[in-house]
Amino acid sequence: MADLHRIRVSVNGTPYEATVESRRLLVDFLRYDLGLVGTHVGCEHGVCGACTVLMDGRSVRSCLLFAVQADGAEIMTVEGLAPDSQFHPLQEAFWDKQGLQCGYCTPGMLLRAYELLRENPNPTEAEIREAIAGNLCRCTGYQFIIEAIQEAAARMAGTAGSR
Amino acid sequence: MKPAPFTYFAPRSLDEALSLLGQYGPDAKPLAGGQSLVPLMNFRLAKPRYLIDLNRIPELAYIRRDDGRLAIGAMTRQFEAERSDEVARHAPLLREALRLVGHPTIRHRGTVGGSIAHADPAAELPAAAVALGAEFVVRGPRGTRTVPAGEFFLGPFSTVLAPDELLVEVRIPAVPPGTGHAFLELSRRHGDFAIVGVAALVGLGPDGRIERAALTLGGAGPTPVRARQAEAALLGAPPTEDLFREAGELAAREISPTSDIHASADYRRRVAAVLVRRALAVATELAKKGG
Repeated sequence: MADLHRIRVSVNGTPYEATVESRRLLVDFLRYDLGLVGTHVGCEHGVCGACTVLMDGRSVRSCLLFAVQADGAEIMTVEGLAPDSQFHPLQEAFWDKQGLQCGYCTPGMLLRAYELLRENPNPTEAEIREAIAGNLCRCTGYQFIIEAIQEAAARMAGTAGSR
Repeated sequence: MKPAPFTYFAPRSLDEALSLLGQYGPDAKPLAGGQSLVPLMNFRLAKPRYLIDLNRIPELAYIRRDDGRLAIGAMTRQFEAERSDEVARHAPLLREALRLVGHPTIRHRGTVGGSIAHADPAAELPAAAVALGAEFVVRGPRGTRTVPAGEFFLGPFSTVLAPDELLVEVRIPAVPPGTGHAFLELSRRHGDFAIVGVAALVGLGPDGRIERAALTLGGAGPTPVRARQAEAALLGAPPTEDLFREAGELAAREISPTSDIHASADYRRRVAAVLVRRALAVATELAKKGG
C-alpha cells in the first residue's frame, strides 16, 4: 500500500494542502499535483539545474527533494517571478537579450539568477558564470544568458545601459 | 526514473531517529541532504524500504567551539559551514574544501555529515577531514563512539558505520597557529567531483623548516589517501620548489588511483604530482604569513 502523507506547502504565496505518496518528488508534485508546469524536469539526478526552485528563500533541486520534505515550507517557482502576468526584469532581459533558445533551462536559470541578484545586485561576469555553473544550457553557449543577467542587474539598479 | 516505493519517517529527535534505525536496520536509509542518496534512489540503484529523514532534527545542526576543538553537527548544511566565521577561523582548509563541493544550490541542502558518511572517494570533505585529523562521533544502540577520520573510510561508499548507527558530529582539533593550508582539485567543470583533489597543511618551525605536514588526496584510491611518504620527506626540510616537486612525485607513487571514464590511473598520478606541488607552495606561503 502506498505510503501517504498529508502536507501543507505555500507555493508563490498560495497555500496548498495535499496528500502525497512519500516517493513523490517535489518537482512532480509542483507539475502534476499543482499544475505548475513552469518548473522543468531535466536529468532527475541533480546535475542539470532545470528543476531549480527556491525553498524558504534558497535555491534547491526540486528533483532531489520529496514533496513530503517540503511540508511547512515556502516554495517559489518561476511562476512566482511574474505573479500578475507582469514580467520580472530578469524575464524582460532574457527576452531582450535572447537569453534562451529552446527555453528548457530557462526557469532554473531565472530562479538562480534571481537568487544571485538578491545576494549580489551587481555581479561581475565571472561571478555570474560561477553562479549559474550548476545550470546546464545546451543551446545558447551561455553568453546571451550572462548578458541578460547583466542587463537585468543594470535595470533593477535603475541604471540600464543602451546595450 | 522515479524512486521505488518506501515508507517515510521524519523523526524530531536523534533518539527517535536511532530507535527507527534500530527497528529497521539494514532495510532503512538515513536521509541527510539527499544530494547523493536521492539521485541513487531516482536511478533505483538504492531502494531503501524505509527512509529516515534527519532534516527535522535541529539538534544535529550546529557549529561550535568545544574544548578548543571545532564541533560541527552532522546535519549542518555545507552552505552554513562555508559561511561560518568559526570554520573560517579554526578550519580554513575545510572552508576551501566546502567551496568545491558541487554548486551553491547543492550546498544549500547538502550536509557536512552526509558527504562524509556517503564516502565518495573523490569527495572533498572526507579528504579534508583526514588531513585535519578530524574525529567522527558515532551514535548507535550500543552508545557513542569516536572514530578517527583516518580509520572511518573502508572503501568506496563504505565506512565503519553499522546500519543502525549515525554519524552525529565532526570534531576538528585546533590547528596550531601559523599553519598554512590549501585544497586544490582538478575537475572537468567547476562543481564536479574531483578527478584528483589534494588537501595540504604545512607548519613551519622557527628555523623556517617544515615542522608539520599533512597531505591527503581524493580521487586517488578507494578512500581518501594519506601521502605518508611525501609527508615524511617534507618534515625537517626547508620548503623549496624542488622539495615540493619531490613530494609530488612521492605522493603520485604511493596513491592507488583507478581508471574510469573521466581519467586513466596514470593521468591521475600525473595530476596528483602537480597538485601536491602546487598545494604545498600555497600552504607554505600562507604559513609564512602566519597561517
